[in-house]
Amino acid sequence: MTTMPVLEIRNISKHFPGVIANQEINLKLYDGEILALLGENGAGKSTLMNIIYGLYQPTAGEIWVEGKPAVMRNPNDAIALGIGMVHQHFQLVPVMTVAENIMLGSESVKNGFLDTRTVAARIRELSQRYHLEIDPYAMIEDLPVGVRQRVEIVKALYRNANILILDEPTAVLTPQEIEGLFEVMARLKQQGTSIIFITHKLKEVLRVADRIVVLRQGRLAGEANPATASERTLAAMMVGREVILTVTKQASQPRDVVLDLQQLSAHDDLGNQALRSVSFQVHAGEIVGVAGVQGNGQTELVEAITGLRKVDSGQIVINGQNLTNASPRHITETGEICHVPEDRHTYGMIDSYSIADNLVLNSYYQPPYVRNWTINKRAIQEHAQALVKLFDVRTPSVDNAGDSLSGGNQQKMVVAREFSRPIKLLIAAQPTRGIDVGSIEFIHQQIVDKRDHGVAVLVVSSELDEILALADRIVVLYKGEVIGIVPRAEATREGLGLLMAGVQTA
Amino acid sequence: MSKRPLWRATSLIAIGLSLALMVMAVLVNTITLPQEYAWLRILFGISALNFTLRATVPLVLGALSGILCERSGIINIGIEGMMLAGAFGAFVAKVATNDWPLLSSLLVGVLAALLVGGFMGLLHAILSIRFRMDQIISGTVLIILATGFTSYLFDRDAVAEGKFSALHIPILADIPVLGRILFENPPLTYLALILVVVIHVALFYTRWGLRTRAVGEHPRAADTVGINVNRYRYVNTTIGGMLAGLAGGFLVLEAVGQFQEGMTAGRGFIALAAMIFGNWNPFGALGASLLFGYTQALQNELLLAGFTTVPRQFVSMLPYVVTIIAVSGFVGRVRPPAAEGKVYETEAH
Amino acid sequence: MKFRVLRQLGQTLLLPLLALLTALVLGAVIMLLSGDNPWEAYRGLFAGALGNARGWTSTVRRMTPLILTGLSVATAFKAGLFNIGASGQFLMGTIAAVAVGVNFEGLPMVIHLPLAILAGALGGVIWGAIPGLLKVYTGAHEVIVTIMLNYIASNFVGWTVYAGGTQGQTPGPLWDITAGAVSETRDVLLSAQLPYIIGPPYRVHWGFGLALLIALFVWWLLYKTIIGFEIRTVGQNLKAARYAGMHVNWTIVRTMMLAGGLAGLAGTFETLGVNHKFAPTFTGSVGFDGITVALLGQTHPLGVVLASFMFGTLDAGGTRMQFDSGVSADIIQVIQALVLAFVAAPLLIRTIFRLRRVRHSLDTTPSARWGGLV
Repeated sequence: MTTMPVLEIRNISKHFPGVIANQEINLKLYDGEILALLGENGAGKSTLMNIIYGLYQPTAGEIWVEGKPAVMRNPNDAIALGIGMVHQHFQLVPVMTVAENIMLGSESVKNGFLDTRTVAARIRELSQRYHLEIDPYAMIEDLPVGVRQRVEIVKALYRNANILILDEPTAVLTPQEIEGLFEVMARLKQQGTSIIFITHKLKEVLRVADRIVVLRQGRLAGEANPATASERTLAAMMVGREVILTVTKQASQPRDVVLDLQQLSAHDDLGNQALRSVSFQVHAGEIVGVAGVQGNGQTELVEAITGLRKVDSGQIVINGQNLTNASPRHITETGEICHVPEDRHTYGMIDSYSIADNLVLNSYYQPPYVRNWTINKRAIQEHAQALVKLFDVRTPSVDNAGDSLSGGNQQKMVVAREFSRPIKLLIAAQPTRGIDVGSIEFIHQQIVDKRDHGVAVLVVSSELDEILALADRIVVLYKGEVIGIVPRAEATREGLGLLMAGVQTA
Repeated sequence: MSKRPLWRATSLIAIGLSLALMVMAVLVNTITLPQEYAWLRILFGISALNFTLRATVPLVLGALSGILCERSGIINIGIEGMMLAGAFGAFVAKVATNDWPLLSSLLVGVLAALLVGGFMGLLHAILSIRFRMDQIISGTVLIILATGFTSYLFDRDAVAEGKFSALHIPILADIPVLGRILFENPPLTYLALILVVVIHVALFYTRWGLRTRAVGEHPRAADTVGINVNRYRYVNTTIGGMLAGLAGGFLVLEAVGQFQEGMTAGRGFIALAAMIFGNWNPFGALGASLLFGYTQALQNELLLAGFTTVPRQFVSMLPYVVTIIAVSGFVGRVRPPAAEGKVYETEAH
Repeated sequence: MKFRVLRQLGQTLLLPLLALLTALVLGAVIMLLSGDNPWEAYRGLFAGALGNARGWTSTVRRMTPLILTGLSVATAFKAGLFNIGASGQFLMGTIAAVAVGVNFEGLPMVIHLPLAILAGALGGVIWGAIPGLLKVYTGAHEVIVTIMLNYIASNFVGWTVYAGGTQGQTPGPLWDITAGAVSETRDVLLSAQLPYIIGPPYRVHWGFGLALLIALFVWWLLYKTIIGFEIRTVGQNLKAARYAGMHVNWTIVRTMMLAGGLAGLAGTFETLGVNHKFAPTFTGSVGFDGITVALLGQTHPLGVVLASFMFGTLDAGGTRMQFDSGVSADIIQVIQALVLAFVAAPLLIRTIFRLRRVRHSLDTTPSARWGGLV
């Protein structure tokens, strides 16, 4: 049976200055199927989708829609051909309503003025048809992430999309919300929509895809059939070699309490309560993982512990010392802690500074880096050379700027700076977000190493797999509260998923 | 349409205080006051309020200029320069047509002010967008350029003849107190007030307004639905320039009648403060401009009344001090367009 | 290694030089269009500025305030702050220096002069601290605050030297009674005047030497000390600086105070070295000159000195140019604006001259944003 594909990509290549993002890719999407596009970070998946959607122009190659060649000069062309895209980072204006966001670019106009009522009616109609409940007059910034995603999907359907591209849609959802999304996808498929589903999560792909295509380093690495493929074979295709999917570690041997949080409460930048009476402890020689969907207080928790956010009430005791609301520098010195931030570009490094300078970012004021108020350049250089070697940061020179490094190497640089101090407490927030598998393995090993040397480790991650791989005990945060603390041996994805969604067990 | 983003604390305060002002005016001028309170006539008298309105016009036009630019994502601190350039353009055009019938000559002046202002706005957009200049520096460049050019080209012997006179609106002008203040004004003053309403409606109720605001808040989102981000920025900044030019034209053609070097005297910056205080809303900006205009009027009235206890220089400081208080007292609660000041890069084809 | 530094330096200098060249050419075009003769004008300009001893010393004399205001703006830029308030800080420094300088008869110069200089610096420091503190505690953007403070300063200073008006206002505290209807101060006492390096008629005063020393100090501070490291880091990425443990708020206030002090010293040296008294007519486009010089010098102290030389030349030559060729000196301001435009938009120059992209580790431009707490 040969049916015509609704979407076909022939020999698409995309070159950016200095990097080849896509190389001669061929892809077919058939009517009413869910095609999963798999690949690790940086494999070129999003680039390819942006080309289909008209945001990028291909360097070479053609796109065929419904059997006819198509040129996408901009998203309007793609939209006109029935292609819709839900981006990984939502393209919604927070201070506008759902209706305003959905109609943006395709506004209904009556007598020169915006006809919001007509738009709202159509939204309600689509909402019912696909079971995607949204309120047209709600303000985006008031909506939780799961609902915002629904808005994005309705935005595509509003424009009569019958080819829907979903770029990493599950990154910000709880396991239960992910199930909800899969149900929506099934319904869409039933009503004739073809879906391309981009992800790097192997379990999801096996669960929901009709066909799997794997990208590796910009090229097509192969196709797979979800009925016959396994996580191991898929991972191998993604990375090109055998990948150890779990971290090998011995059982932990926890000793004294290093970090003691006592009824910590704090609010976020918008004035909302972010932490509610959070209490738990981290012992030397154990890894405590904080799980939970982003936005449930994890960021504020780390900020409070490291002194970047004032606490409303409660105590933070590190190594027996009360360091609540102390300055970041004081906490770092007295508590002997280190902190790998969740967003290295915003918090972890200065892009334009040299690698050497980045490596002394929080120690520049201490001898030997300073001598009578003057900077000791040589000491900084030597320090940098040593660290770069030890932590496998790939760079031709330590004088090169920080942003000349790849994402994985940048993170290794930050880790190098933080891990090379004598520390008793290690705090890592999203330590392997957006980096290649090789770097992920390296950093995970470093973390376990520290644990085995008696450091107390706190890992915050929205990747459940990472928590399950690293943690000895798991704390789940929901809306700023500790809703459960589970030893690793007793933790299951389902159980954790329920906790993450706010369902308390016993 | 949800009202919340439209009216935030500071714009409400600005509007509220201005309304209070008007109420006091009516009271003070209609009730006969005992002698001890005669000084209230200085503060709230008809002359003070007329002066307030006159002082408000360039400020609110400047603020509207800022709003248009910034709502689409371009920071514009060069309003002062655009105003000065517009004033000069109006002056040159007026002098060149001195022997035309007065009304035509004045209209040519207005046209010149709009053209020159628009050109300055376009220049700002080109420098900021095409050449990726930091937008504050670009604004600064425009101010220096305008100051230098107008001084260099100004012929001190030239004299403009005539200016706009008041238009008396029948019936409405006969309302006690408020009628004389609000409905007996020259045309550009009415235009400024009308523009406040027009721009408010356009920004919040039309397609153009929705897209403009999206471009200023989340340009990527606008781009992904096929809106040409930079085109909106170019157009808005140019129109913004025209408004600033019009403000300058007002100074020459309606307020003073002649051009003087540096005649804008910081109004462009106070207009910026009015924009911030008014939360990037036309009505809020109007309220703030009225407030700042009032402080200028106060300065004038105190001088006329021979009030020398406080040195005149300190009274002159008043608008600037009030501006600082306005900008620091409430800034925690203002919300600028989220994407302003950043260059938007669409991927090159 | 040294070769690389030299090459970097060369590439960094290329841009401002090309900017100047283009601006001069464009200025010539404008002059032609207005019916003026650019050759006569430029001849007068450069002859006036560099042709003879009088010209040279005039150039050098004008450089002093430019170096200091340029350093003021450049230092603020390094911390990501936009100091448009240099002229207000200049004025407050001036008036403080004058207040000390015209009083305290009988003090030996060795005490009086440093005291006056200190007072001038302090005046600027206070005027710079205000926007710094407001930014840190209320989030008020320094652009608006400093501009308003400029007008407040000029009014304040106007009051202090006011001769008393027709309406019977009492004259200001620093007004010179013997000056009749003119609003100005008494002469600064000899013991508070800056001595000359080269005496009359050339009048090159020690302020110039001090300015150069201060430039050296600022360079050392910014690039060799940890204070400078903190300032630059805050300017590059405030959040990362805070995360790294730096005291961001204090750094911002401290930098604004330093910037204010530098601009205050500019006014101080002008008064104590050149004018020896103060009248409100003495201030020109000090503030914007500082911005132009800072950007032309790529916010680097050495660059600032060179840029000050460039502009000092333009300034000094302006009067001679006007005298010789009849071309109004206002065209200088236009040329300055053009230079600023070309320097601030490297892309513009690169497009005109088809230059390759050069990585500048020296330049910093502050990010433009209103409001919001730091």
